[in-house]
Amino acid sequence: MKMGEQLEKMYDVELKPGAGEAYVCNLTKPEFAEVMATDIPKEPLPDHEMVPVALRKLDRMRKERKSVQLYLDICVRCGACIKQCHYFIGTGDPKNTPVGRAELLRKVYRAHFTISGKLFGSLVGAQKLTPEILKNEWYKYFYQCSECRRCSVFCPYGIDQAEITMAGREVLNSVGLAPKYVTQVISQVYKHGNNLGIPEPAFKYNCQFLEEEIKETTGVDVKIPVDKEKADILYLPPSADLFTNTDTMIGVAKVFHAIGADWTMSTYASEAANFGLFFSYDDMKTINLRVVETAKKIGAKLVIFGECGHAWRAARQFMEAMNGPLPFKFMNILEFTADLLRKGKLKNIDKSRNDDVVVTLHDPCNYARAGDLVEETRYVIQQVCNNFHDMDPSVTKERTFCCGGGGGLLTEELMELRMKGGLPRATAVKEVVEAHGVNYLAAPCAIDKAQLPLVMQHYNIPVQVGGIHDLVGKALILEGQEEFEAKKKAEEEAAKAAAAAVPAVCGLCDAEFATMDECCEHAEKDHKISKEQCDMACEPKEGAGAAAVPAVCGLCDAEFATMDECCEHAEKEHKISKEQCDMVCESKQ
Amino acid sequence: MGVLANFVVNVLPYITLVVFVVGVVYRIAVWWSRPSPAPIPVFPGQRSVGDAVVRVLADVLLFRSLFRFSGNRILWLGSWLFHISFGLILLRHLRYFLGAEAVPGWVNALQGIGVAAAVVISVPLLYLLLRRIVHADIKWISTPADYFVLLLILSVVLSGLYAKFFAKPFVVDVKYVIRSLMAFQPVDLDKVYLSTSFLVHFFLVQVLFMYIPFSKVMHFGGVFFSPTRTHYFGGESHTKSQEEV
Repeated sequence: MKMGEQLEKMYDVELKPGAGEAYVCNLTKPEFAEVMATDIPKEPLPDHEMVPVALRKLDRMRKERKSVQLYLDICVRCGACIKQCHYFIGTGDPKNTPVGRAELLRKVYRAHFTISGKLFGSLVGAQKLTPEILKNEWYKYFYQCSECRRCSVFCPYGIDQAEITMAGREVLNSVGLAPKYVTQVISQVYKHGNNLGIPEPAFKYNCQFLEEEIKETTGVDVKIPVDKEKADILYLPPSADLFTNTDTMIGVAKVFHAIGADWTMSTYASEAANFGLFFSYDDMKTINLRVVETAKKIGAKLVIFGECGHAWRAARQFMEAMNGPLPFKFMNILEFTADLLRKGKLKNIDKSRNDDVVVTLHDPCNYARAGDLVEETRYVIQQVCNNFHDMDPSVTKERTFCCGGGGGLLTEELMELRMKGGLPRATAVKEVVEAHGVNYLAAPCAIDKAQLPLVMQHYNIPVQVGGIHDLVGKALILEGQEEFEAKKKAEEEAAKAAAAAVPAVCGLCDAEFATMDECCEHAEKDHKISKEQCDMACEPKEGAGAAAVPAVCGLCDAEFATMDECCEHAEKEHKISKEQCDMVCESKQ
Repeated sequence: MGVLANFVVNVLPYITLVVFVVGVVYRIAVWWSRPSPAPIPVFPGQRSVGDAVVRVLADVLLFRSLFRFSGNRILWLGSWLFHISFGLILLRHLRYFLGAEAVPGWVNALQGIGVAAAVVISVPLLYLLLRRIVHADIKWISTPADYFVLLLILSVVLSGLYAKFFAKPFVVDVKYVIRSLMAFQPVDLDKVYLSTSFLVHFFLVQVLFMYIPFSKVMHFGGVFFSPTRTHYFGGESHTKSQEEV
């Protein structure tokens, strides 16, 4: 099948009104609600208080944000956005279309805030707000939008569903309808500095552990510094890179090492991601402030954000506007590495080390549409890999499809929805796997790295999901690494050769062979046992292991490379027959 | 008939004008004055003001965003044809407004294509109407107001075509009406020949223009304010080169 054909078929979606009603986020708990920077009730307000509070908040939202006011006003319901939404493609629920979801808010806006809505009601699509609308429609459907902004690309007016969703969520927050997952994650940032809630000692321990791992594989002392008092560069990883996506962290550390950067991470701001983006401006600003304060404290001239999509939007589009002016410059790690590669500052790159992978790239939504970051990702991959194939152009760059788990939806109770939302991305990956034998899905975003492996498994697509700096780390050779590797390889080969040179015996027919390899060949030929399973048939000849061991003659202290040589010597010099050799020769140990 | 016609010709136009102008100015003033807490551009596109201008114009003139998805191409054609025809029809009608004696040359030059547009526009109009009925998803999202505005424009078009081709009013009479209104001079209905179909057309046009400020038709102004398109990727602190640090 041609690339793009399976995608085309995907757009034939059967309409299933109400299909999305099954998916709902667990409500927050008081201990999470009370630590939010946004002032929200600890539990849902009683019904009679809900509507007036919500309307006041909605009125504020439209007055404080041009986008909200405009996007409530100018939609013509042409439907161009309908098939651009992955949750619609997955569920078929018309309320899961950008227009359908936005209309949930618009109909209330019209009824309460417009002349035509007040005069003509449902004739102009107006409906007064009720607690049921908030609980059963808004709370469900505004958490079935991942704020990926794909719809905006295709809308004739650029209407951005994410702006409507964010406003809708802020209204929901004001009446105490906030999700547990997002509030819990934010509360962990306020407590421990990162989304996963890794306490300071564990964070530091993990960095040491990764340092040791790099040392073991490369022989190089690569530092992963934490809480240095002064540093030129403050690096913000997605905290998952310290636990599950450690190869990404290793790759980044190797890059910094290679250019001799003066960098550090911070346990106060140990997270690139900013879940405030999914919750409220106030919390987004508060989380960004931790970064700004830390950078100021350590005198960082440059702040670098790790492989994380939403982090990049919160930084690229909001940090300066909310927390500025900033006393530093900031970059994404991919911009940083691309810049180094372009200027030839990462000298020793061996692309062939990534020859085991055929790579395709999932553009994180917030890189591609909100981060001006589509060229650097591709450039870096192509500089460190020989095999790269893009997916169909209808689903890459600014047209990229969400992984299905963004926007604060990466939670267990929404698993079914997440898999449905992952359908478009899975379809696109399947195409490129079939066309080019892709086996590595590069996804430079922590949410992708958590979500996409599940999606690929769900749709039976045999690809590994990983970061871009995982590949950089593999290809980038540090000073001293090659010598270490050569030495290690020589040692390994010697050991292997020694083992292979041992005489072997076939356990099925008792035939004897000079080496294990010969025995394996025999087993394959005569007993139909594949070489991988050779150990089922062949085993080293008894006592043979000793033959390869250096030996010493007990009579004259002469030393020999093998037991055999010693025995020959004993027969010749000391007239001791080979059968009695053990009387004189013994292994050197 | 006399009283009603007198109202439609001599009174309603001023009401229409006030409602339309005040309404549109108010709506745009609201958008204009709302703050943008942060730049929220959506790629592809804009790294400068110039890029943003190009992007908005490409959408206004060519409906580029609709063209992006292959599944939307018929919609793109239908709506572009509709809007371009609507524009040409509006321009054609300037002959009734401009020039006390002779119509400016460029307006004259537009008459042929303007009339053709008036004939053509029914096709995309019917398409836009039908798709709301035929496609289950579009039907689901449509409100009565969406059908109303299409039917209103369709009736304006049909009454206009009827007035022009079948009732055949005198162009000078229509122009006399418009110029009198522009000069705030009451029109003496006994001195001009105005067909019923013209009066119906004139009335419906005024309904349409009064309806605009209260409706989604305001997208014609809103499209110039959309933050995802008018904002651009800038910022003092972001850099793509570590050497700048």
